[in-house]
Amino acid sequence: MAQRIDVNDMNIYYGDFLAVEGVSMTIDPKSVTAFIGPSGCGKTTFLRTLNRMHEVTPGARVEGSVELEGVDLYGDDIDPVAVRRNIGMVFQRPNPFPTMSIRDNVLAGVKLNNRKMSKPDQDDLVESSLRGANLWNEVKDRLEKPGSGLSGGQQQRLCIARTIAVKPQVVLMDEPCSALDPISTLAIEDLIQELKKDFTIVIVTHNMQQAARVSDRTAFFNIAGTGKPGRLIEMNDTATIFSSPAVKATEDYVSGRFG
Amino acid sequence: MTTTDSPQRPARPGDHAERAPARRRRRGTTERGFNRVFRWIATGAGAFILATLAAVALFLLIRAWPALTASEDELSDAVGRIPEGTSLLEFVGPLIFGTLLAALLALALAMPVAMGIGLFISHYAPPRLAQVLGYLVDLLAAIPSVVYGLWGFLVLAPVLKPFWFWLGENLGWFPLFAGQVSATGKVLATVSVVLAVMILPIITAVSREVFLQTPKLHEEAALALGATRWEVIRVAVLPFGRSGVMSAAMLGLGRALGETMAVLMIISPGFLVYSLEILAAARHNTIAAFIALDFAEASGLGVNALIATGLALFLITMAVNMTARAIVARRKDFSGAN
Repeated sequence: MAQRIDVNDMNIYYGDFLAVEGVSMTIDPKSVTAFIGPSGCGKTTFLRTLNRMHEVTPGARVEGSVELEGVDLYGDDIDPVAVRRNIGMVFQRPNPFPTMSIRDNVLAGVKLNNRKMSKPDQDDLVESSLRGANLWNEVKDRLEKPGSGLSGGQQQRLCIARTIAVKPQVVLMDEPCSALDPISTLAIEDLIQELKKDFTIVIVTHNMQQAARVSDRTAFFNIAGTGKPGRLIEMNDTATIFSSPAVKATEDYVSGRFG
Repeated sequence: MTTTDSPQRPARPGDHAERAPARRRRRGTTERGFNRVFRWIATGAGAFILATLAAVALFLLIRAWPALTASEDELSDAVGRIPEGTSLLEFVGPLIFGTLLAALLALALAMPVAMGIGLFISHYAPPRLAQVLGYLVDLLAAIPSVVYGLWGFLVLAPVLKPFWFWLGENLGWFPLFAGQVSATGKVLATVSVVLAVMILPIITAVSREVFLQTPKLHEEAALALGATRWEVIRVAVLPFGRSGVMSAAMLGLGRALGETMAVLMIISPGFLVYSLEILAAARHNTIAAFIALDFAEASGLGVNALIATGLALFLITMAVNMTARAIVARRKDFSGAN
């Protein structure tokens, strides 16, 4: 249920513009990896290449490879749709399908994958996914109500439930708490610790305290200036990044001197 | 900042007791000048719509009244088409039926095509092709209905005729295709095809706009779950666009219901029968085509009778629109607008 990711020398483009340059890293299974860095440094762009969401933008392309347990996700015979079924994603703003009930939201991915499921199996999956997202107790009496009626934090946990319902190997989170209040943020952070037992988790965050709280390893991205490509500056155990980083820029950033 | 002060709050000495009137005056000034003018323009425009609608409804009612209250004998004397002993309702009923049948068939033909084009332009076509295609569809709307009538009469009817025969022979058991197939092709089925082409642009244009407005967030949510392009459309685009597509359909239906020229030129009219046989000659007519056909020769009570049928069309169109609104409103919680 959790697999390791190897990234080799990724260059990421929007048309002719090189947005992120020369990223190589290894992401361990059943761990939480945080990407931090100033706005526009390519964290999110890089995250979106890990499940081939980057290429959804017109003109966007990549060079290099992303390997999931040794299989190159950008190989010729790999279907991006299959990649995204294996590597789930949670977005910055909660985005439950507004036309679907809570229950249908959780089942959306499973139904897409054309798995025929009996009603009891569906009920079990809805319950286990919502429990997994720490949302079950709050919504169990209104599963047929629209998902858009929930609070922002609940919606985000519903999105997490929807993501884990398809049992991916990896869960990518793109600033999952940036639209949430502190209480909801805490709920999601606790949840991330739970999810780590089963999934490989990669999280982009603007909040350095959050990175320090939830992640095992932290990668610091930076740009030399506007129009220059973003780069991976340093990646290490979270404790090391926040206490004794190897690069001056990392230290400046985590100590709040810029960014 | 100062607006948080409420008048009830006791004024502290030297506070804003002197400033309060100044503030009131300032608030007054914001309503002057162009703001006020614009408010009146906007209100006027809104009222104008209501007044126009009321005027039309009133005109129809008042001028239709003599026909609505006339006896059967008076009616059949005034309108040649109404035989002895036929009430106005017995005469208008089949016209209403023909109007609805033609419009609904046109809608059924146009909807899948229009949505297909809309989705192709919004989600499949490369940007440049999408632009050209959108422009071409809009051009269809610029063709005058007389031209559509000529085209239907001279080109489409002969072209479709063999197909109608084929339908009649092979699917004659189906109520719509039953009966004697017309030898000219100038039947309701041909009218529906022409109407479908006529309402295609408006439905396509509105659907395309609605589909383009699907929030990126919802599309990406579907993509991230491993949805294919069609699945993204099914899960995110269509549910989001449903009420918009419904409005598009109603706009199209409205145009099809009221279309006069094309119908008048193509159809070989039939009166006083309710018939589903859309391939048969002289079985149907529509209200608008009937009015256009007879208006030149009508006088006195005959004009009133024509206006009464116009009133029926007005009511149908209104009912169609209200039904559409009710359908859209029913699932508002799930609409995606919140």
